[in-house]
Amino acid sequence: MCFEAKRLAKLALGPVLMLLSMVSAGVMAAGEKVNEVNMAPGVTAVGQNIFDLHMTIFWICVIIGLLVFGVMFYSIIYHRKSRGVTPATFHESTKVEIAWTVVPFLILIGMAVPATSTLLEIYDVEDAEMDILITGYQWKWKYEYLSDDGENVSFFSNLRTPQSEIYNSEDKGQHYLLEVDEPLVIPVDTKVRFLVTANDVIHAWWVPELAVKRDAIPGFINETWTLAEEEGIYRGQCAELCGKDHGFMPVVVNVVSQGEYDEWLSGKKAEAAEIKELMAQTFTMDELMERGKAVYDRNCLACHGANGEGGVGTAIAASAIATGDLAGHLDVGINGVAGTAMQAFGGQINDVEMAAVITYQRNAFGNNMGDMVQPIDVFNHKKG
Amino acid sequence: MGDHHHGPAKGLSRWLFTTNHKDIGTMYLWFSFAMFIMGGAFAMVIRAELFQPGMQLVDPAFFNQMTTLHGLVMVFGAIMPSFVGLANWMIPMMIGAPDMALPRMNNWSFWILPPAFLLLASSLFMEGGAPAFGWTFYAPLSTTYAPPSVTYFIFSVHVLGLSSIMGSINIIATVMNMRAPGMTYMKMPLFVWTWLITAFLLVAVMPVLAGAVTMMLMDIHFGTSFFSAAGGGDPVLFQHIFWFFGHPEVYIIILPAFGVVSQIIPAFSRKPLFGYDSMVYATASIAFLSFIVWAHHMYTVGMPIAGELFFMYATMLIAVPTGVKVFNWITTMWRGAMTFETPMLFCIGFLVLFTIGGFTGLMLSIAPADFQYHDSYFVVAHFHYVMVAGAVFSMTAAVYYWLPKWCGRMYNETMGKTHFWISFIGFNVTFFPQHFVGLAGMPRRIPDYALQFADFNMMSSIGAFIYGASQILFLYNVIATIVAGKPVSDEKVWDGAEGLEWTVATPAPYHTFETPPTLDAKPAHA
Ligand code: HEC
Ligand code: HEM
Ligand SMILES: [Cu+2]
Ligand SMILES: [Cu+2]
Repeated sequence: MCFEAKRLAKLALGPVLMLLSMVSAGVMAAGEKVNEVNMAPGVTAVGQNIFDLHMTIFWICVIIGLLVFGVMFYSIIYHRKSRGVTPATFHESTKVEIAWTVVPFLILIGMAVPATSTLLEIYDVEDAEMDILITGYQWKWKYEYLSDDGENVSFFSNLRTPQSEIYNSEDKGQHYLLEVDEPLVIPVDTKVRFLVTANDVIHAWWVPELAVKRDAIPGFINETWTLAEEEGIYRGQCAELCGKDHGFMPVVVNVVSQGEYDEWLSGKKAEAAEIKELMAQTFTMDELMERGKAVYDRNCLACHGANGEGGVGTAIAASAIATGDLAGHLDVGINGVAGTAMQAFGGQINDVEMAAVITYQRNAFGNNMGDMVQPIDVFNHKKG
Repeated sequence: MGDHHHGPAKGLSRWLFTTNHKDIGTMYLWFSFAMFIMGGAFAMVIRAELFQPGMQLVDPAFFNQMTTLHGLVMVFGAIMPSFVGLANWMIPMMIGAPDMALPRMNNWSFWILPPAFLLLASSLFMEGGAPAFGWTFYAPLSTTYAPPSVTYFIFSVHVLGLSSIMGSINIIATVMNMRAPGMTYMKMPLFVWTWLITAFLLVAVMPVLAGAVTMMLMDIHFGTSFFSAAGGGDPVLFQHIFWFFGHPEVYIIILPAFGVVSQIIPAFSRKPLFGYDSMVYATASIAFLSFIVWAHHMYTVGMPIAGELFFMYATMLIAVPTGVKVFNWITTMWRGAMTFETPMLFCIGFLVLFTIGGFTGLMLSIAPADFQYHDSYFVVAHFHYVMVAGAVFSMTAAVYYWLPKWCGRMYNETMGKTHFWISFIGFNVTFFPQHFVGLAGMPRRIPDYALQFADFNMMSSIGAFIYGASQILFLYNVIATIVAGKPVSDEKVWDGAEGLEWTVATPAPYHTFETPPTLDAKPAHA
């Protein structure tokens, strides 16, 4: 009720309110609350510098604008025919014209100086204490913590908002569309270097409060960095149109203390060890189907549909491949179909997950093959 | 005057085979208006979906087709052809020429346009849907990952490029060869000047666009890898080529608009244009600079720092000649004797809003800050301030200004002013809030958004419906004028208007200036 009233007021008051709120937001420079009208200064030194640049140029524009529009409206009010004025006939003045060429030029030089130094700062990726490889996929992010011992921790980060919220059958949660199953975790007060690339099309990794935006381009590795000075959860989104679900691949970064980070990292390593163990296991049909559904919903549903009916991808229900030769099906899952949106999932999900999802596709949506794939089969298929 | 002059042919063949610059201009104008309505309808779909968070009306794939087609149709179908139409009508009349220099080519350059757009629009009904990769069609989304209709898209871009090139050659040939005796370059009306420069820009960059789409075609069908990293190519190369075309393209759109405003403001200020010479030089320098700033659209692709700095400085420089233009217009108004008929209102609207768009352009040119602005709604707000409030407002002003000359009837002034105010308010309610959501972190080209963006998006959608509806009023006013407007017969419809087009009869006869006019000593623009 109250919310609605506030909202109506905002809609009604329009531009005046907007300008005021922008100005006040600029002055208050945003606390905990999400800033709805202005850039976030964020939690990094670079972010603060960018914010200061933004506000400086904004005020310069406001002042020039007030002068220019002031003169214009004065003229509109006083130099109108209805006041019986006779028009002047002057049509040039070298002095004035030189002045209004030179003065803006000087203002621009004034702006270029701080802009250049901030840019140099953004480009200075030296002395990073840790490296994370970020890879954009249609439509999720993969994070890989690069370590010297070769024991890299890596995982995918998918949108967690359920379809039911997106399609309005359930109320939307607080972090609607800005929540993921597994966030990127980094330690506070640590210079982290990001290596940004992509697997398919171009994406862009953007977290406003870390002041990082970098294009993720297939075949290229871009470098950028951040040094978060405050713990917290920072949310962003893919910023480059990357196909159907471009609006549904958020970025969430969890900045934690060094202690928490270390704990989290060893947890991830233990998890990896566990999966290694699972690889050697043999699963029952029920276990595979249960795991398979989870993997399917997270990785395949976006293109193949909740009921295997297809979409960007072909239908799985009654598909020739999913109801055909098992090796052929595995092959599509592992190696993808070159030149189409069907990626090679062999490097994206582990062998347990692959075994489960292939089993699931063969035995769900009305498909009824009755056969199973075990992790070892996936492993062997990959070996060729 | 002489009876031996034939009028237009009768029936459909008049329009199909015409070589008359006025007929062709008329067709261009109506065609571009039809495209404006079509592109507008796509925009309404976009804004309706974005009215609230959550997916309501369309699915994400179709949403992307809408944003793509909206951009393509508005840029290539509505804005560009409308100014070519205006050029066809006005340039011969402004320089005292009987027609365009290459009338048959003129016919062709118009008539290949409708099929090209028909083809583009028909892709909506093709398997896999219409192009969904944005009007900037970055590879590899537009190559390896594109729907099959991309091939038709490429063909249609080729055709409209061809049309633009033919149109520009015609304008260059006309302006260089067919000026009335005594009409030296520095006496030409500014609209002619800005179009001459625009035409050179077009001839220079449309082939680059054609090259880009041809390379896409090769990648898609003939196994090359220009833009595919897997085959040793480079997706960033696509962006360099595209923006080498794309940035001059935005000036192709705005320079003729500058020309229009430079004609209309002096007329209603009853005072000569201030700084004619500097206007010409500013236009030329903007055109030159537009070739060396393209990578300001690519600050985040990971260019080396030296490139980044070069493009930042060059882009900031563009603000100088742009500022000169704005100052000149305002000084033209200064100590004039102004009246505020509809064309003048649209020009003042242009002046205020284009300047705001210029300011945000300046903000965007600051590379480090652009790391936050880029690909957010802030950019969407920027380019709508310059393209809608810039180009479209000035085009609307032009129609109101010259319509009485074209058809010998006066439009309804009250309705015109109403159209202005609804447009002005609708436009700002639509696009001003987009600055805020952009700064607050909303990416562009998304079909659904987080809850903190909800209020301003709803406001934006309401504004868009208002702006959209106001165009119906415009259409009605124009048709009502043509059919039943109050007849005018004064050669000079507006008491402050200057220039050769105001020396011919009203309505302008089918053939004008068959014998070149003689210019008095006074420069035409004064
Ligand atoms: C980005 C979209 C996308 C995602 C995500 C995706 N697929 Fe696909 N998939 C496709 C496309 C497109 C095709 C059709 C390829 C072709 O043209 O042959 C396809 C085809 C297939 C086929 C062959 C079906 C047939 O009969 O043609 C299988 C099996 C398959 N995918 C499995 C999977 C699995 C398993 C996952 C999840 C781990 C998955 N896909 C995720 C896009 C996708
Ligand atoms: C003062 C002059 C201007 C400057 C300094 C300027 C600067 C910029 C910059 C830096 C961008 C890239 C923003 C980004 O993507 O991060 C941009 C985008 C854009 N500008 Fe301007 N601009 C100016 C005037 C214009 C004019 C006159 C037009 C057209 C009439 C225009 C149309 C556009 C368009 C269409 C885009 C977005 C393209 C896209 O990504 O889809 N700009 N401008
Ligand atoms: Cu994306
Ligand atoms: Cu540009």
